[in-house]
Amino acid sequence: MVAIAERVAKRRFRFEFILDRPKVLGPLFVSPAILYVVALVGVPLCLAVYYAISAYTIYNQNYSFVGLRNFIQIFHDDVFRETLVNTFVFTFGSQILGLVLGKFGALVLLRPFPGRKLVRALIILPWAVPIAIASVAWEWMFDSLYSVINWTMIALGVMDRSDAPNWLGDPHLAMLCVIVVNAWRFFPFAIIIFLAGITAVPQDVIDAATVDGAGFWRRNYQIILPMIAPIVVVGLIFGTVFTFTDLSIVYLLTMGGPVNATSVLGFEGFQVGILSGDVSHGAAISLVMLPVLFIMVVLMLRFIRRRDI
Amino acid sequence: MPRPLANVLREGGFYSAVAFFVILAAFPFYWMTITALKTNADLYNLSNIPFWFNAAPTLEHIKYLFQETLFARWLWNSTLIGGCVVAITLVCALPAGYSLARMSGRSGESLGIGIFLTYLVPPTLLFLPLSRVMSILGLQDSLWSLVLVYPTFTIPFCTWLLMGFFKAVPREIEEAAIVDGCSVCGAFVKMVIPLSVPAILTVVIFTFTLTLQEFVYALTFISSSSQKTITLGVATDLVRGDIFFWGELMAGALIAAIPVAIAYNLFLDRFIAGITGGAVK
Repeated sequence: MVAIAERVAKRRFRFEFILDRPKVLGPLFVSPAILYVVALVGVPLCLAVYYAISAYTIYNQNYSFVGLRNFIQIFHDDVFRETLVNTFVFTFGSQILGLVLGKFGALVLLRPFPGRKLVRALIILPWAVPIAIASVAWEWMFDSLYSVINWTMIALGVMDRSDAPNWLGDPHLAMLCVIVVNAWRFFPFAIIIFLAGITAVPQDVIDAATVDGAGFWRRNYQIILPMIAPIVVVGLIFGTVFTFTDLSIVYLLTMGGPVNATSVLGFEGFQVGILSGDVSHGAAISLVMLPVLFIMVVLMLRFIRRRDI
Repeated sequence: MPRPLANVLREGGFYSAVAFFVILAAFPFYWMTITALKTNADLYNLSNIPFWFNAAPTLEHIKYLFQETLFARWLWNSTLIGGCVVAITLVCALPAGYSLARMSGRSGESLGIGIFLTYLVPPTLLFLPLSRVMSILGLQDSLWSLVLVYPTFTIPFCTWLLMGFFKAVPREIEEAAIVDGCSVCGAFVKMVIPLSVPAILTVVIFTFTLTLQEFVYALTFISSSSQKTITLGVATDLVRGDIFFWGELMAGALIAAIPVAIAYNLFLDRFIAGITGGAVK
C-alpha cells in the first residue's frame, strides 16, 4: 500500500514539473484556440481557393483542375463587373459617410451635458442591434406605399403623393439606401473609436501645446488627430472589411436589385455558389475580395503595432 | 453680438446636434416599437399620422408571434447556440489569452495579432467551403453546424480581449501563489481566473451578442424554419407569401433587439478597454 501511494505521488510530481515549464505550458494553452481556427478557417480558405480553380458544382462533384478559367469567365460577365463596381461604391460611400458622422458625433459626445449617458446609450443602438433585424425595420421605413419618410415629406409639403420616391425600386435610390443603412450601422462604432482615442490623449500634451500657443484647430488637427490616427485607422479597416464583404443589408433590403443595381460581391457569391449551386464560380467571385482584404491586413499590421495610446 | 444671445445660439446649436444624432440612431427603433403595438387598421391607413397611436395600442401582434409562428422556438434555438458557443469559446480563449499575455518578448504579441487577424476573414469567403464541410459532416440544415462555426470568429475576438485584460493582472499575484506552493496551472485557475471574473463576464456577453448578430452563416446553412436562429427567423421567415406583416415583423425584431441593446450598453466601457488595450506595449 505504502509503495503504491509513493509511486503515484512521484508520477504526479513529474507531471506537474513538466507543466510548470513555461516553454511547455505556453504552447499547450494556446493550441486549442489555434487548432480550432486552423481547422475551421485555414482549411476552408484553402478549400475555397481550390474550388475556384476547379470545375466543382453540387450537381457535378468533380475536382478537375481548370486553372484560371472560372476567373476569366466571371470577369467577362457584365453582371459581375457591375457587382465589382457596386461593391466599391457601397464600401467607400458608407465608410466616408460613417466616418464623418462618427467624427461629429464624437465631438458632440465629448462635452459633458445632462443626460449624456442616455444619449450615448441611444446612439450605440444601430451598432449593437443585429443588422439583419435593423434592416427589416429600414425595409419597412422604405416601404413603397407606407414609407414614413415619404409620409413626412408629403406632410411637410416638400412633395406630392404622386411623385413620392420608391426608395428600393429605383436603381440609384436603392444604392443610396443600402449605403445610408450601412453608414447608419457603422457610425456609432466610429464615434466610439474616436472617443476612445481622444480621451486617451494625455492632458499634459494638450496643455503643453496650448502653452506653446496652439489654438483649437491646431490642437485638433496637428496634435490630437496624428495621435489618434493609428486607432482610427484600425477602426476604419474593420469597417471597410465588414462592409466590403457584407451581404445581409443587400440581401434583406434589395436582393441585389433592381436589375443588379445594388448587387455586391458577397451577395453575388451567395447567389451563384449557394442558390445556383455553382460552387466553383461562386468561390471565384468570393475570392476576388482577397486582394482587398490582403491590403487591409497589411495596413492593419502596420498600424496595430504603432498604437501608443 | 451681445454675449447672452451668442450663448443661447451656441447652446441651441449644440443641443440640436445632439437631437440630430439621437433621432438618426434611435428613430428606427422607435418606429419598430410603435409599429409592433399598432392595430392593422391604424397601421395601413395613410391619412393617419404615423408617429403616434390613432387607435388604442394592441398586443395582438406579439400574441400572434408566440402563438402562430415558431418565434418561441427561434428564441430557444438562439439561446442554445449562444450557450454552447460561449462554452467552447471560454475553453479555448481563456488559456490562449492568458498564455499570450504572459509570453515573453514579441512572439506572444505576434501570435496574438495573428489570431486576431483571422477575425478579419469574412463569412462570405468561407461559407461555400464550410457549407460543403457541413454536408460532409451531416450537419446541413441543423443548428449544430452554427455551434461548430460560430467559435471561428468568437475565439479570435475573445482571445484578443482576454489578452488585454490578463496583461493588467500583475504577475506578482501568480508569483506569490507559486511561491506558496501552487503550480502554474493552479495559479491560473485559483488566482487569475477569480480576479478576472468581470473580464470573463464581458467575454461571455460579447460572445453571446456576436452569435445573435450573425446572419450570413445562418442564412447559408439553415433552411428549415424549426432550426433557425432568432435573427434569421425574424428576417426571413415572417414574410407570408409576398405579403409583409409589418406588425408581427416589427414585434419580432423588437424582442430580438432588446437584450442585445441592453447587454451592449452595460458592457461597452469594458469592451472598449479590451479592444484598445490588447496590443499596447
